[in-house]
Amino acid sequence: MLTYLLAFILFAIGLYSVINKRNLIKIIMGIIIMEHAVNAFLILIGYRVSGEAPILEKGMTVTEFVNSAMDPLPQALVITSIVIGLGVVALMVALAVRLYQHYGTFDITEIRKLRG
Amino acid sequence: MLPLFVAIPLGIGFLLPLIEEFRERTKLFAVTVLLETGLLLALSLVKFGEKSIYRMGGWPPPIGINYVLDGLSSLVLVVISGIAFVTTLFAMTYMSEYENLGKFYGLFSLMLAGMYGVALTGDVFNMYVYLEVAAISSYALVGFNRGPEELEASFKYLIMGAVGSVFILLGIAMLYGSVGSLNIADISVRVSEVADQSFILLSTALFIVGFGLKAAFIPFHSWLPDAHSSAPTPISAMLSGVLIKVLGVYALSRLLFNGLNLPNLAPQILTWIGAGSMFIGGVIALGQEDLKRLLAYSSISQMGYITLGLGMGGIFISQGKPAIATLALIGGVFHLVNHATYKSLLFLFSGGVERIFGTRDLSKIGGITRISPVSGATGTIGTLSISGLPPFNGFWSKLVIVIAAIWGGLYPIAGIVLFTSAITLAYYLKVQRDLFMGDVVGEIVEKGKISPGIYVPLLILALCCIGLGLLYLPEFRGVVLKPAALALQEGSEYTKLVLGL
Repeated sequence: MLTYLLAFILFAIGLYSVINKRNLIKIIMGIIIMEHAVNAFLILIGYRVSGEAPILEKGMTVTEFVNSAMDPLPQALVITSIVIGLGVVALMVALAVRLYQHYGTFDITEIRKLRG
Repeated sequence: MLPLFVAIPLGIGFLLPLIEEFRERTKLFAVTVLLETGLLLALSLVKFGEKSIYRMGGWPPPIGINYVLDGLSSLVLVVISGIAFVTTLFAMTYMSEYENLGKFYGLFSLMLAGMYGVALTGDVFNMYVYLEVAAISSYALVGFNRGPEELEASFKYLIMGAVGSVFILLGIAMLYGSVGSLNIADISVRVSEVADQSFILLSTALFIVGFGLKAAFIPFHSWLPDAHSSAPTPISAMLSGVLIKVLGVYALSRLLFNGLNLPNLAPQILTWIGAGSMFIGGVIALGQEDLKRLLAYSSISQMGYITLGLGMGGIFISQGKPAIATLALIGGVFHLVNHATYKSLLFLFSGGVERIFGTRDLSKIGGITRISPVSGATGTIGTLSISGLPPFNGFWSKLVIVIAAIWGGLYPIAGIVLFTSAITLAYYLKVQRDLFMGDVVGEIVEKGKISPGIYVPLLILALCCIGLGLLYLPEFRGVVLKPAALALQEGSEYTKLVLGL
């Protein structure tokens, strides 16, 4: 239970950083922290104490397999979500670089032509 | 047949930027995408009303991923394809002077692939992946002009969108942790057997926040006016007309109605968020001087109507009034279709206005009807439909929503709907006065630019605005809108279709 809680604390730290920070790079890091908190949470869901890799070996009955193996599905999901996160972060950093070229600063309060 | 909806735009989306390496300025990109959207429109019309599922790799549903075509998703497919086709027709002329058209049309195709995927898929995580495909391409498209304002809008949209996606993913993780399945139909079977409902409620809340960020419900709306007004005009039309509906409202209602069997309080929250977005979005739109920003705030307000209709449907289902629930859901779905047509019409029209005057500031321009009678007429039809005047389509869907609210006894909601209609009429009357009526104000930059390529798409959409009012007639309503409403209302039908129970 404590490990789940740690994932949530990590999530909250990321959210705080996105909401409260003024620097574009810190905001991007906040998003990354949030993504990884969720990834950690997903892995924890499939985790089992002293579980084995989910591979059905020869001579193993299905019941034995179910009782010993970890849940493989969250691991597959995490790989997908890491790849998606990579794409999002790459786009964010590219935009931040472009914004820096235009404004000469990373401070979000000075990049304010639009009113919201 | 169903995977073609995703496969064709996905393939073309990767092909066009490759072709650009060899041939930079060519009509080929626009023509390819026009053929693609035309083909998909034909395909979605052929498939309309059919109920079928496609098992990916032949795996049976709870294990493998499956695509589901039912009343609602076939309607949404037609809306996506129709608006995409008209928008591409418009972009052919409008975007022809821009650079990097291969990348533009490539991203456009990828966005389409993502939206078709969200509309079709029956698997929660698969829905998340498609949602990200559509969202990431739309972030890039918003910043396509690469000016400082476009980049800022794109960054803002990207941050809000990424936070929304993380919330959705956390919700999915929590749902999987407590239910143990990712298939929407399978979740609806298992969700009532879960002993501890608190995690289900928590994931519902996360979904409402996450999809709310995507759909720009009122506390989460701040990115929408910037993003939708900074994007190139065809993309504004796609974003406001289709993307926020498919990624936000459609995906959320699919999960809540068909997957989670309407958890406690969720319909009430949807209804009041809808009422709030409707009212506040309308009030802010009153004070806007920039035509595109006004349209963007009006999108927030109109999205409120759709959410409100669907939320009321949920309330009536849980109160055991199925007939009124169907009516409210029909109102929501009907408004979704209508808003897609007239909001894309108005955004495309605003692109035409910007071409004529070189600015979108309502206080500096006027007399569009004198300059270009055809586009002036289509713009008038658009504003009249969105303000809800009979006989245009916007009136009928608002009427259905108000009738459902009154019959169901939700009088305060009916009051807010009527009051917001008056506000909507007020700010579109302002547009009428400033932009359409009277003498020509402002400098005309490029008069010759209003070519058939610009106003033919506007005419098509304007005809749709008039014609779609016919859906109110019981004969058409029963064929087109009722199956869509019932797809949400009868969760067991969906389960039966997918799992074959």
